[in-house]
Amino acid sequence: MNITDKVIENHGLKKDEYKNIQKLLKRDPNFLELGIFSAMWNEHCSYKSSRKHLKKLPTKGKQVIQGPGENAGVVDIGDDDAIIFKIESHNHPSYIEPYQGAATGVGGILRDVFTMGARPIALLNSIHFGTPAHPKTKSLLNGVVSGIGGYGNCIGIPTVAGETKFSETYNENILVNAMAVGHAKKNKIFYSKAKGVNKAVVYVGSKTGRDGIHGASMASAEFDESSEEKKPTVQVGDPFTEKLLLEACLELMKDESIIAIQDMGAAGLTSSSVEMASKGSLGIELDLEKVPCREENMTPYEMMLSESQERMLIILEDNKEEYARKIFKKWDLDFVVIGKTTDTKNLVLKFNDEIKGEIPIEALSSKAPVYDRKWIRKKLPKKEIDIKKLKKISLEEGLIKILSSPNYSNKDWVTSQYDQMVMCDTLLKSGSDAAIIRIHNKDKAIAVSVDSSANYCNSHPITGGKQIVCENWRNLISVGAKPLAITNCLNFGNPENEKIMGEFAECLEGIKEACEYLNYPVVSGNVSFYNGTNKKNIFPTPVIGGVGLINNLNTYLSHHLKEEKNNLILIGKTFGHLGQSCFLKENYSISEGRPPEVNLLNEKNNGETVLNLINKNLIRSAHDVSSGGLITSLSEMAMSAKLGLKISKPRKLRNPTEYFFGEDQSRYILEVKNENLDKVQKYLKNNNIFYEIIGSTQKKYFEIEGEMKLDINDLCKINNQWYNNY
Amino acid sequence: MRSSVIVFPGSNCDRDITVALEKMQFKNEMVWHKETVLPKSDLIVIPGGFSYGDYLRSGAIAGKSLIIDEVIKAANGGCLVLGICNGFQILTETGLLKGTLQRNKNLKFINRDVFIKVVNNKTRFSLNYKKNQILNINIAHNEGNYFTDSKHLDELKNDNLIAFQYCDQIGEVSDETNPNGALENIAGIYNSKKNILGMMPHPERMIDNNISNTDGCSLFSSLLK
Repeated sequence: MNITDKVIENHGLKKDEYKNIQKLLKRDPNFLELGIFSAMWNEHCSYKSSRKHLKKLPTKGKQVIQGPGENAGVVDIGDDDAIIFKIESHNHPSYIEPYQGAATGVGGILRDVFTMGARPIALLNSIHFGTPAHPKTKSLLNGVVSGIGGYGNCIGIPTVAGETKFSETYNENILVNAMAVGHAKKNKIFYSKAKGVNKAVVYVGSKTGRDGIHGASMASAEFDESSEEKKPTVQVGDPFTEKLLLEACLELMKDESIIAIQDMGAAGLTSSSVEMASKGSLGIELDLEKVPCREENMTPYEMMLSESQERMLIILEDNKEEYARKIFKKWDLDFVVIGKTTDTKNLVLKFNDEIKGEIPIEALSSKAPVYDRKWIRKKLPKKEIDIKKLKKISLEEGLIKILSSPNYSNKDWVTSQYDQMVMCDTLLKSGSDAAIIRIHNKDKAIAVSVDSSANYCNSHPITGGKQIVCENWRNLISVGAKPLAITNCLNFGNPENEKIMGEFAECLEGIKEACEYLNYPVVSGNVSFYNGTNKKNIFPTPVIGGVGLINNLNTYLSHHLKEEKNNLILIGKTFGHLGQSCFLKENYSISEGRPPEVNLLNEKNNGETVLNLINKNLIRSAHDVSSGGLITSLSEMAMSAKLGLKISKPRKLRNPTEYFFGEDQSRYILEVKNENLDKVQKYLKNNNIFYEIIGSTQKKYFEIEGEMKLDINDLCKINNQWYNNY
Repeated sequence: MRSSVIVFPGSNCDRDITVALEKMQFKNEMVWHKETVLPKSDLIVIPGGFSYGDYLRSGAIAGKSLIIDEVIKAANGGCLVLGICNGFQILTETGLLKGTLQRNKNLKFINRDVFIKVVNNKTRFSLNYKKNQILNINIAHNEGNYFTDSKHLDELKNDNLIAFQYCDQIGEVSDETNPNGALENIAGIYNSKKNILGMMPHPERMIDNNISNTDGCSLFSSLLK
């Protein structure tokens, strides 16, 4: 095929990028080579717009075994155990074909984790849809939820936590982010760096089909009217084969046969082979006629760019071929030596002994373009909302409006479609601040949570970036876990727009600041740009997935109230900040104002103190106060336990609405028994923590002195109705 | 007691049931589906999961697998056989249990804790339960909507072959307490000789107070007698 301007454009390459390719090759690329450059140089694979900013994130710490740059991040959880985890987006495919898009999102992230030698032990997700009234939302919600469930349930890994949100900003571009967490032995972690010349390059797993060709390039462009036509670029998932691949890989990993291993994810065979060679400063030569194909007459171009799922590339030690082949045969999977490592530092593609393409590896990796895109700062909104000018709403009315809204309704409809219990180590599941998964056969556990705050990030990206990290940190602390590290999925609009690039840069500044302060490093992640359609970009939506450690199974907590007549303590100062609050949004459709301020010093002190109190077994239940304010958090504690509580009116109360719905940060609610109250107060005072005793637990009524009294069962009904009526 | 857990490609509750059996002092072996000989066993368990992916009817391919002939032989010889979830589906595909498991009435996968009632407590699987004892137990399936013809249903009722029924906290059996649309709220059944039990709920998930409760323990301890 002739390489015309149109062909270059269709490959998502800019004119100057094409010139750069000619320079690097010292000739024109052929069609196959052009396809390979397109796959490796697109935003999704090259991080060309984000790299400069990502570099600033803190990635190190005593707890970190492997930071960004590998298939997933690895943290140390003591003994000989390590946790391997990562989050990734599958937004574009899920909008075009929700079931398969979401399912393969789960499959892809699982491979990233077990490629490194981990047995996956938990799945999480963060999914964002347009408004419920939008004509596409219902079918997208149905498809995505059943796709996530379909994959996780079949492969037998529990889906334990997540968030499901609705907002107009995602009407034409939904977000589907999936996170996987695995457990490995510290001395049995596998990396993707090739070593040694003339080592066998082995293809294992499913056969290659024509699905997903140029999927990564699609993910690197905005949507328009023709996006529906891109259905064939969405991959099709096969969780059954993935289960076989998982078991076969883990079986092979017991031995010392593997030099390097890499899953074929975005840009399939191309990126996996280039990545392994590039990390090892080697070359790689592939005989493409050997690639197991699902369809007839597939061309080298199609083979190299297919994103068929459930495939891996392995570089084997000498003399291990027969041993490895036997394992894959047992699991009925393809196992074919398709090439070898070389010292040429070139990617050489042959078909029936004829060279079809030859590209220097560094042209595809270290010499891929990096952009320092223009960006501008966002100003902190000046306008603060004066609620005295708004129609007065009672606490009861305000709370009911929130609890019956799509975003705050009970998510049972979603989570009951996921197997949360398989593997029998789920100590705390969805609906809690964080899920808790026991390390199999051990007396310790990890806590996991995913969080996002797009409204805050949109209003003021630096504050928003800080806030999500803190909220995620708080969620882990609330269940009694020591936060270790995070993975992030950065969902943004078009980076070529300087405002969007500014949102990205500033959110990252916020994330960086909070992670540094809290010693909460970023160990893996993914960037998803071009979330938007026809020039309308989504709100900046970084999603944070955190992992924490629980060293003693006797000290973890849920947010469910435990018994009557216990004290309720509010940790942290309440100023009554209503800008960007859920109260204003749900009751008045107001989404203006500033997000609440994040004070990292308080965040750290309050969090560490709460964690110590939990570890001393002085707390019966704990919950962080976040979106929806104090009243919403209290109602969640009450509803989950079907127990009531009575809150006394605070002295010097300026305005009940602000006090109960304000979204001030760094706050927790603690349930404390009478006998422990003195000890807890003393500890709080000694650590200079601001706290208030706000009330106590009681039978069946949620009561605020002089303001409202609601039956918990009624509140549960209100909270349970939205999904069932949708 | 010696037990064998049959492992199909796509089984995913095989480890969970093994943990439960070993905790309850069974001497357990895992048996790969390509085997043609069963180890000597007093109990055979077919675990939950998605055998062979279940892309065809659930359990249809497992019902024709190599090892299954041995399971059928052993079952006909009186060996105790327990099929949980996908295992129940497989047992109906082999004909060892009659009836079939259809898509859930709401056409969605359902994972939640439900209540079931021990209808017959006089079998090798249920001796240690009280009659009508109510268990809080986890279900996780796409196809748990049990159906059979009226002749077989009469037989199930007359010969006391219904093992468990979905109910509420106080044992009331009604449409509201039926999670998946199963005929007569049936959650598990026996064959006529009562040496084979098929059930949709997961007793192996209910053996540890840390993650749930211990309502499943009595099923395994009954078998030990």
